[in-house]
Amino acid sequence: MSLAELAAGLRERRFSSVELTEHYLARIDAHGGTLNAFITVAHDSALRSARAADAELAAGRAGRLTGVPFAHKDIFCTEGLRTTCGSRMLDQFVSPYDATVVAKLKAAGTVLLGKTNMDEFAMGSSSETSFYGAVKNPWNTQLVPGGSSGGSAAAVAARLVPAATATDTGGSIRQPAALCGVSGLKPTYGRVSRYGMIAFASSLDQGGVIAASAADAALMLCAMAGFDPRDSTSVDTPVPDYAALLGRPIAGLRVGIVKEFFDAGLDRENARRVEEALAVYTRLGAKLMEVSLPNLALSVPTYYVVAPAECSSNLARYDGVRFGHRCSEPRDLQDLYRRSRGEGFGAEVKRRIMTGTYVLSAGYYDAYYLKAQQVRQLIAKDFRDAFVKVDMLMGPTTPTPAFAIGAKMGDPITMYLNDIYTIGANLAGLPAISIPCGFVGALPVGLQLVGPHFAEAALLNAAHAYQRESDWHRQMPQGFA
Amino acid sequence: MTLTRVAIESIAQLARLELNEEEIPVYQDSLSRILDFVGELERAATNDVTPMAHPLAGLAQRLRADVVTEEDAHERYQENAPQVAAGLYLVPKVLE
Repeated sequence: MSLAELAAGLRERRFSSVELTEHYLARIDAHGGTLNAFITVAHDSALRSARAADAELAAGRAGRLTGVPFAHKDIFCTEGLRTTCGSRMLDQFVSPYDATVVAKLKAAGTVLLGKTNMDEFAMGSSSETSFYGAVKNPWNTQLVPGGSSGGSAAAVAARLVPAATATDTGGSIRQPAALCGVSGLKPTYGRVSRYGMIAFASSLDQGGVIAASAADAALMLCAMAGFDPRDSTSVDTPVPDYAALLGRPIAGLRVGIVKEFFDAGLDRENARRVEEALAVYTRLGAKLMEVSLPNLALSVPTYYVVAPAECSSNLARYDGVRFGHRCSEPRDLQDLYRRSRGEGFGAEVKRRIMTGTYVLSAGYYDAYYLKAQQVRQLIAKDFRDAFVKVDMLMGPTTPTPAFAIGAKMGDPITMYLNDIYTIGANLAGLPAISIPCGFVGALPVGLQLVGPHFAEAALLNAAHAYQRESDWHRQMPQGFA
Repeated sequence: MTLTRVAIESIAQLARLELNEEEIPVYQDSLSRILDFVGELERAATNDVTPMAHPLAGLAQRLRADVVTEEDAHERYQENAPQVAAGLYLVPKVLE
């Protein structure tokens, strides 16, 4: 059932929020272990929220999402409920406050079922770097679900939750959504508040949602988006009713097909699924034309300067003094810092902190960081130029379907190249969505739509138009019925 | 480029990260490869290109009035601290 149908069922009293919550908690208990999709399951507080929602429903005070269960990626701070960010560093951390997104979804009457597993501090493309172990792909549990929001994507794909929040710094919503056959929306930078969303790379991080369909993502975004004075990068622009704006015809929509997305690295079958999806758009009246993003090949190297630089600065706060892991019996203050951080962070996080420290260090700043910020400008300009000619861009979300657990852990560069088609949107701050567009063998792959700043409504509408013509988003992995 | 063992130790010290013996060669290898990879940026022509500091071009950082908006909640915040006494965070002795 869609989120809208769940909400309607609750309002019409066909089932209660407590019943719905128990249903999903039972699914999490039955399958959560197989997938390792959750770090924390909040049985008691979920049922308390569900009872409160049922009271609101009975009193006729229900909103659009009242009583609807969902999960948060464990990067969003939840007051009174452990928030780990997938790290030993925060294994015992209980946030004293709610992230703005958490507070907004709470105010909307939703029921939080738990916190989903993820790459440590959102640094990864496979959800293998979590301190709590690798997340499994529900379509084949030998494979990764993608990352870093792999727990959210796997949980939605197996319908352990109807929807889950997620975050995207270089593809961490869209790539796992593609590899798990679900819909993942990364909004425009500044659209969703970052307050209380644990920082990785502040000029790239953006909160969003993973759901079974674009229509569900639209409903969630309505509740999550909006100006927040507590986030200095939050943008004060009205939030359209994304859900009400679905269903508009897309005849005449100008779609740019990014030449560079169909490069040698793209799996041929994956390319075919994308081309078949594009044919559906043509049938619906969209006008497809080729466009070029000439600097796209530089997006991954640019990202791997900018993101580690910001990460090394953001993660300096974990010092073993105010919160987080502290080593035992430190000899002195230096030893306390060095061992607390050495023990608290995993291998990939340390790699990125050190990369960032290096590129920002004296003598290297201009050659790496400044240069990367200049190339970032060129990449953003490529997108701006493209959006003069077209309304949105389309192409694959990932180069290949899901890969085996362990396959790329020894080679960071190969792992980083998973995000070749997604990183550009982060560098330019653009909204983008991945929706399922078919299978390669038994594995789902995604179609990516990228729009100009604040074009979420157009992207969701175009994604929804495709989902009315296809049923890829309704496919379920075997064993989770 | 190949980073030396000394270079890795120096980066780790700047980042305040204790590395064990096994980690050092691993990071020597992977950081060297990452720096080679990002070295591709050298090829890009960026003369007169303004570095991009904010993804939404033209938007200035918002400022707010310098007024107190938060209540004092140090006790609540310190519940997460490894070691606290008398409302203070404890660290090893800095001065002998």
